[in-house]
Amino acid sequence: MSKDLKSMEQEHANRNSKTFAEHLEQNGISRRGFLKFCSSMTAALALPAGSADVMAKALAAARRPTVIWLSFQECTGCTESITRSYSPTIENLIFDFISLDYHHTLQVAAGQQAEEAKEHAMKESYGKYLLIVDGSIPTKDGGIYSTIAGRTNLDLLEEAAAGAAAVVAVGTCAAYGGLPMAKPDPTGAVPVSALVKDKPIMNIPGCPPIGLVMTGAIAHFLTFGRLPDMDELGRPKAFYGDSIHDRCYRRTFYDQGLFAKAFDDEGARKGWCLYELGCKGPTTHNACATLKWNDGVSFPIESGHPCLGCSEPNFWDAGSFYEALSVPQGRTGETILKAGAIGVGVGAAAAALNRSNKSAAVEGRETITVEDLKRES
Amino acid sequence: MEINELLIWARGPAFHWALAIFVFGMLLRLFEILSLGRKPDLSAARDSGVSGGLRTLFTRSLPRPAIFSREPLRILNGYIMHIGLFVVIFLYRPHIELFGGAWSGLPTGVVDAITAVTILSMFVALLMRFYSPVLRHISTSGDYLAWLITLLPLLTGYLAYNHLLLEYTQMLTYHILSVELLLVLAPFTKLTHLFSFVLSRWYQGYLAGRRGVES
Amino acid sequence: MSKPSVEKGIQFIKAQIDAPVASFFSSCVHCGLCAEACLFYTETEDPKYTPINKVEPMRRIWEQEYTVLGKLKSALGLSKPIDEATFKEWETLVYDGCTLCGRCSVACPLGNDISGMIRKSREGFAAAGYAPPDLIGATQRAMEIGSPMGVKLPAVKAQIRHLEEDTGLKVTIDQQGAEYMVLLSSMEIMNFPEYLEAIARIMRQAGKTWTIASTAFEATNSGIQIGVSDLAKVIVSRIVDAAESLGVKTVISPECGHAYTAVRWEGPNLIGRPYKFEVKHILEILDEFTKAGLIKTEGMEEARLTYHDPCQIARKGGIVEQPRRLLNKVASNFVEMRDAGAMNWCCSGGGGVSANERAEGLKLKAFKRKKTQLDELQVDTLVTACANCRLTLEEGLEENGMDIPVVGLTEMVADHLVEEERGS
Repeated sequence: MSKDLKSMEQEHANRNSKTFAEHLEQNGISRRGFLKFCSSMTAALALPAGSADVMAKALAAARRPTVIWLSFQECTGCTESITRSYSPTIENLIFDFISLDYHHTLQVAAGQQAEEAKEHAMKESYGKYLLIVDGSIPTKDGGIYSTIAGRTNLDLLEEAAAGAAAVVAVGTCAAYGGLPMAKPDPTGAVPVSALVKDKPIMNIPGCPPIGLVMTGAIAHFLTFGRLPDMDELGRPKAFYGDSIHDRCYRRTFYDQGLFAKAFDDEGARKGWCLYELGCKGPTTHNACATLKWNDGVSFPIESGHPCLGCSEPNFWDAGSFYEALSVPQGRTGETILKAGAIGVGVGAAAAALNRSNKSAAVEGRETITVEDLKRES
Repeated sequence: MEINELLIWARGPAFHWALAIFVFGMLLRLFEILSLGRKPDLSAARDSGVSGGLRTLFTRSLPRPAIFSREPLRILNGYIMHIGLFVVIFLYRPHIELFGGAWSGLPTGVVDAITAVTILSMFVALLMRFYSPVLRHISTSGDYLAWLITLLPLLTGYLAYNHLLLEYTQMLTYHILSVELLLVLAPFTKLTHLFSFVLSRWYQGYLAGRRGVES
Repeated sequence: MSKPSVEKGIQFIKAQIDAPVASFFSSCVHCGLCAEACLFYTETEDPKYTPINKVEPMRRIWEQEYTVLGKLKSALGLSKPIDEATFKEWETLVYDGCTLCGRCSVACPLGNDISGMIRKSREGFAAAGYAPPDLIGATQRAMEIGSPMGVKLPAVKAQIRHLEEDTGLKVTIDQQGAEYMVLLSSMEIMNFPEYLEAIARIMRQAGKTWTIASTAFEATNSGIQIGVSDLAKVIVSRIVDAAESLGVKTVISPECGHAYTAVRWEGPNLIGRPYKFEVKHILEILDEFTKAGLIKTEGMEEARLTYHDPCQIARKGGIVEQPRRLLNKVASNFVEMRDAGAMNWCCSGGGGVSANERAEGLKLKAFKRKKTQLDELQVDTLVTACANCRLTLEEGLEENGMDIPVVGLTEMVADHLVEEERGS
């Protein structure tokens, strides 16, 4: 076992000593392919023209940084998204120019060996490594609802965050709490940002996020040595700056007032706007409508399904996915009936008061004679 | 509170409270009015009070030339504002959804343009209130409050749709909240006229109908 | 019996507020269009004459007494109280600055019967001791003498005598079982005796029996104008009692606007039961008679003339077509005033204004509206069907140096009757 560890350390050292350019060469990737990758990345990040060269230079010279990926209360969907969707395109290479030293789904090592690898990497790259987290962190009852190797997520995050250069919260669970936080939130789930206060944090929300968005944001970090510009929800503006609605190819139907009213109606077949079927595109910020999924094949709305709003905080508690944004949640009829009953009750009381008030005025009136018309004379 | 949470609150509990207060308040006002009763008219009717009442419900929506010629701008502006509000509230698909979605709407772009015109008419109405001696004399703080709570939903809706001033989700949230403010205050301002006009026109038309008088 | 007081005024207004009034105040959006309908506003351009402003005291009482919100406001000290100053300030708006012409009630987009509310408000103002002294005087004469202008039965009899001597026509008093009972307004007795002659000739040609009641020849009702239902009831009861004891079928309201409103519409509600007879305006009778061929006319007035619709007859009484049918029978050059018919402008002297000396200046200002209407037409003769309008118009025309004679329509029709002596 100590031999294994030693050879791992050796390999790790070798890998990290190579520049990305050397690594590419070793893996048989042409310079042309690399440049193409850089330009598509800069385009995705909406960086100015010419940035592709900057990125190419920076990446070519970059030492592959250590990345530690911690998975907490999650479903592994984020990992699925980042690994499976693009293979074998060049995006996968992002994992070749970082050193993913710990990821309990992807790594070969398991058990104690895996934990040791993580400890080693953290010690080796203390203060420099990138910490990626997917999943929310349970805090109730001391955080006992999710543990790895006998330690709570709470404990693991605290330890790993201490030595991180920056933290990337991947997926809506890590970014905003996600489904584990949905009512009644039995585990007291919180997002990374609720616990880590002294490190730069970037949120890559989505359930799951688009693979290219994850790799793009990381490429930005590697190119410029800092996290990209982010919005007030900690999301890279390059990918989350626009709403789905604003970039949606069906927007024109919204503007014309043409809406599908059922999943199988004429409007649905004609590809009309899905607003009335509950599309949350207007309030959802993500790159689905532009980058799309599965290597640009499609995205939910293009496939005929309304946007669920999965990259927004609280989307899990925002009511039915299939009710229009303009429709209030809850039983409106019941509210009207209840308020109506109270209104009738109070109204009847006010009416009784009015009636007695008025009949007092009418009956208390004295008959007026001419003499009564003259004031002090 | 984070904006998405606020939006959920606005679309959920806040809406229900606002709707409840609206329903409660309007019923209360209705009871207050009806409880005062009306003595039966013992004079011999020349014509039908009922048909007069029904007729007046509609005729008072039409301009009366003798008055129109004196205040064409104010009356036209009133039409623009009321028709505009009607279109915006009842002919915009997302709003129609709110009422159950049973009728078709206008193209969103058209509604957007009408919203702009309606907002403009609100400001024209405000200027008239400021500058017309009659309107200034009879205006109360309640008139300005009613103006404001009517304008806010229009304005926030317009800004949200056109992505002006604030990010869409925020503006949408404020839009919904402003509608809720309108619902809460409507029964306690002159906006009660949105139902009481039926009563007042009916009573007047009934009286006129019995007398065989134009109304 | 107690002295007039603010409390009494408030109580009387409270008693007047009913569901329609509450709906009117609930509906008002302060659009100000009623001002454009009101000749006191259009001619003075003083916004205090905006009709809805005239019922502000009543609105406050409604809000404070009959709404939960108003009670809450009162409890928090946010309501404007109703006190002596309020009554004093609004007295001139409610009496001097309103002829109860009802134009505002027709103009209101919400259907608010503003003039009806001013009428109701007067009940409170009178009870609070804020009625104009001249109206109190007229009411006192109506109650004590039987006529607001102090006309007594002997004066009527004297007129009848003159008429019988001059024309050979017969006029009966208190004839049991007559078909028609004719009412007169004091103004007709005093200023326009032609009316009585016209009636006598028309009735003779139509072959109808008619009479004048010795206890109820007076049609006017000061109680309505001043706004005291208790007194209005006493006055109208004289007519009802006389008509029912004489057993007449129909009571004919004369050429007087408010008298028609008083006896036709308000009367049954004042006495609390329907009449056992019909009430018709003289124009309705004339129209019926000509339609039935009972009276025939000959000759045409050639003068260019127009018709002034008395508010209570036309806008509030529904008699708009009849005078036009009649005029077209006897006049070849009849032209309509702008806004004629239901939207015609008041003469400026209705609703007790002409009886209110204090309001004279304001009335003459308001008359400018009629002057403008007439200036547009350049007529030789002005026809109307209300003695009060007639007097107000004559005064206004004279004040403005306009030489246009004002004629009662009934007389004009009578002048054109085909004279064929029926056996006597």
